[in-house]
Amino acid sequence: MEKIPILRMGEFLLVTIQVDMHDRLAMTLQDDLTKRISETNAHGVLIDISTLEIVDSFIGRMLGNIAAMSRVLDARTVVVGMQPAVAITLVELGMSLPGVRTALNVDAGMKLLRESLNGHGENGQGQSDGRRL
Amino acid sequence: MAVVFSETVPLVSEPDIVVVRRRVREVAGQIGLSLVDQTKVITAASELARNTLIYGGGGSMQLESLNGPRLGVRLTFKDNGPGIPDIELALRDGFTTGSGLGLGLGGTKRLVNEFDIESKVGQGTRVTITRWK
Repeated sequence: MEKIPILRMGEFLLVTIQVDMHDRLAMTLQDDLTKRISETNAHGVLIDISTLEIVDSFIGRMLGNIAAMSRVLDARTVVVGMQPAVAITLVELGMSLPGVRTALNVDAGMKLLRESLNGHGENGQGQSDGRRL
Repeated sequence: MAVVFSETVPLVSEPDIVVVRRRVREVAGQIGLSLVDQTKVITAASELARNTLIYGGGGSMQLESLNGPRLGVRLTFKDNGPGIPDIELALRDGFTTGSGLGLGLGGTKRLVNEFDIESKVGQGTRVTITRWK
């Protein structure tokens, strides 16, 4: 079955979505990620969506679900690299991804995750280069 | 107004949503829509394709490229499903009979220039959207 690879890097899990996901693939990713978080004791998840050309309400909901589920499993999620056109469209669609932390790129996202792991900037407060939509 | 190009994409299973996105992207690119407008119309198509599949029990999308007075792309989603009893209610943000967020119809309307919906209970639904260059 087609799957999106999840890489482990220390205490973090990294996912780069590089395909136009059909709905079932998105659901599989959600399940796989939560499983991997509990298996690996990961404290952070970074999801790179820089190659995604659209995020519709289904994928948006999946991102929100992943963020909520990982939070319950004591891991933080950061979504990085959203294209500006995607951000504009999502907000106009009525979806502002509440509860999902975002960063402009992988570097900024990793920095956010490391900071939250060190107990600084819990819940994304007072971050300099992290942002919410 | 002349229809320069027309094709019908069947919507019978979930991977067809990905096909819809890909075909709309190609045609929207050909007529020279800006990246933001392309993203909007592809996202709108993705939402409506999912509605056709989930609520309409499947159907099709007619994809047309228009010329005159401006260039544009027109999409018509048809199904022979149960129909929508109260369209005004269905267009409201937050309304859903399914498991979604209820952003589908109202949100989609904001992403396009023209939006038309016709529905007969017991007979089916037709949604037509147009994005002009």
